[in-house]
Amino acid sequence: MRAAAATLPCLAGCGLASAAPSSLGLPLLLPASDPDAQFTIEARYYEKLEHKKIKCKLCPRECVIDDRERGYCGARENRGGTYYTLVHSRVATAHIDPIEKKPLFHFLPGTAAFSIATAGCNVNCKFCQNWEISQVRPEQVRSTYMPPRDLAALAKQYQCPSIAYTYSEPVIFYEYVTDSADAGHAQNVRSVVISGGYIQQEPLKKWCHNVDAIKIDLKSFSEKFYKEVVKGELKPVLETLVTIRRQGTWTEIVYLVIPTLNDSDAEFKAAAQWVKANLGPDVPVHFTRFHPEYLLTNLPDTPVESLERAKAIADAEGLHYVYVGNVPGHPAQNTYCPKCRRIVVERQGYTIGEIHLKKGKCGFCGQMIPGIWT
Amino acid sequence: MSVASAKQSGNTSTRREFLQAWTLGAAALSSGRAISGSAGAWELRPSASPGKSADQSRVVIARDPLLRGSGSSLDSDRLLKLLDRAVMSFYDCDSPEEAWKKVVRPGECVGLKTNCLAGRGASTTVKLVEVVTERLQQAGITNIVVWDRLNSDLESAGFRIGSVRPGVQFIGNDTAGYEDQLSIHGSVGSLLARTLTRTCDAVISLPVLKDHGIAGMTFALKNFFGAIHNPNKYHLTLGDPYVADVNMLPPIRQKVRLHIGDATAVQYEGGPSYMPQWSWRFNGLVVGTDAVALDTVGWQMIDEKRAQEGMKSLAASSREPKYIATAADPEHRLGTNDPRRIERLEVGNTGIEQVKLPNKAVRSLKTQRLDF
Repeated sequence: MRAAAATLPCLAGCGLASAAPSSLGLPLLLPASDPDAQFTIEARYYEKLEHKKIKCKLCPRECVIDDRERGYCGARENRGGTYYTLVHSRVATAHIDPIEKKPLFHFLPGTAAFSIATAGCNVNCKFCQNWEISQVRPEQVRSTYMPPRDLAALAKQYQCPSIAYTYSEPVIFYEYVTDSADAGHAQNVRSVVISGGYIQQEPLKKWCHNVDAIKIDLKSFSEKFYKEVVKGELKPVLETLVTIRRQGTWTEIVYLVIPTLNDSDAEFKAAAQWVKANLGPDVPVHFTRFHPEYLLTNLPDTPVESLERAKAIADAEGLHYVYVGNVPGHPAQNTYCPKCRRIVVERQGYTIGEIHLKKGKCGFCGQMIPGIWT
Repeated sequence: MSVASAKQSGNTSTRREFLQAWTLGAAALSSGRAISGSAGAWELRPSASPGKSADQSRVVIARDPLLRGSGSSLDSDRLLKLLDRAVMSFYDCDSPEEAWKKVVRPGECVGLKTNCLAGRGASTTVKLVEVVTERLQQAGITNIVVWDRLNSDLESAGFRIGSVRPGVQFIGNDTAGYEDQLSIHGSVGSLLARTLTRTCDAVISLPVLKDHGIAGMTFALKNFFGAIHNPNKYHLTLGDPYVADVNMLPPIRQKVRLHIGDATAVQYEGGPSYMPQWSWRFNGLVVGTDAVALDTVGWQMIDEKRAQEGMKSLAASSREPKYIATAADPEHRLGTNDPRRIERLEVGNTGIEQVKLPNKAVRSLKTQRLDF
């Protein structure tokens, strides 16, 4: 597997570089991994079946797994009828990123997120930007042991007010996320999950009480696309969004616009209408630019016009916070007050300019701007 | 035991000797070629059955009811003889030495792709690897690599990773690594094991015939899920079309020379894990160069055993291994699943029996049983 050229800063005991997606921010040097046993704990959501089989109850796929086999994610294994996660505290990559890169635009703007991932994913998007960690098994990338308390301490040491579970799919390292979120809160560090939202309701509800924000990738508004391009399902993702909203956890949505596959006016409109009807107009939606990667290298970068068209349709449907992403300097990266239309959070790429918010309200007209600002 | 000494001692029957005891269809056997290609790169093609049209695929099922003697472990001497009979029958040769010359050339590095995921009981047996290794070394192969996905898988099946044996190494893909660049065909995008792409000139596949709870069954085609980094992604929809697509990847098509299916114990239900209550001591080997034909025959064997035990067929259990038909379709052409084009030879202790497959759907076929 590829390993990124590591730079700095160097964590204690460093010696080997982590595998790192090329598109990411500041990479950290990580120490070499220890034997696998330290990463292995019993999974929390599964059902034991006869003949030492198990059924995973973490994501809607519900893999039925024989002894010595793994689920679709590759990160969980049946050993003698007991199901284990192989990636607890098994950090395959770590970076300090601007929170805007997640993207979360209404969550502590201008702060850094201590961003980590383990190997594995419960879907297989043909356009994955981070397939070198998401589409591999834990033992196929270099990892380091970073237990929850150490992770929280590192975030604090690097002045990151939040830990972001990102890059691959936090659902598959669920136990590590929940334990780390608890450890983080004990040290006044918050947690944000960057996910595809393909998760069952019970573990999701626990997350909603345990983390501070969840960003969901709504990869299209078509079951066909989810089946063919994502190898997942749309319906459970929509249920996830509704649950997060009902539980009162802050959420934002990213819709990666891929030329010819999910960029029709009808699909943009249907998605926007569903968001407004089911989540309300105040949930931020980011239409972001696709770049050819992994198994979708035959398509071009998304034209900016497509993103602007998507934004116009969503605006027209009444959504209040619609952004254009992966286009540095685009004016639709700013947050505008839906009432007076003035800029309340100014952005240039991942750099924050002026912020005109007072106690979560527009500094000009007093309109409430939803989000977690402090 | 060398080939020559085996012949002299009478421990190994020549093909001619055991053909003498055979009456049905012997005249049909002549000089078939299973491998074609230039000196630079051999590409495996479905074997042509002698005396028949060139698009026939031969599959040899060799059995020995006394393979375990009076105990439960395999008798190495008998297993070697069984292997000899199978390979000689497949290649229409009078000696193992002659047959193996059709598979490998001196100086090549030969990989033995095992299936060790299930540990002892439902993995490629160590003794089969030993006898294949013995014949390869006699054929002038001094560099043999026994491989599978993980060192721990190999160890759980009884192979000792650190053992020192001249000319033989045991290695998991987790140690040897994978290519950096994706290999892509159809639905599949995977990193291939370096042992396959870089180390080995030729590969002999040693799959295990097993029921599979997700994919229906596993045998020759699915064995190469162990050559990619992400097999967990390709068990959806009963592995169809993923299994076929994996086998389309050029290094697999170009380097696999022979399949020696381990059917010493066949897991006919509850697989791919080892479930002793459903493990059938078939005491046989299934040999061929057409992986699709091997899988077709293997599927028949499993369904026949299931019927015998009063179980539903794989299809009736909603586990029909459809990837076999996909592998044979015009887009893949990896071999044949057409019973009319499969020459199934059953080899016992004393002779060969040529079983004519009825022209029906594969799953309705009944094997002609051998009386030992």
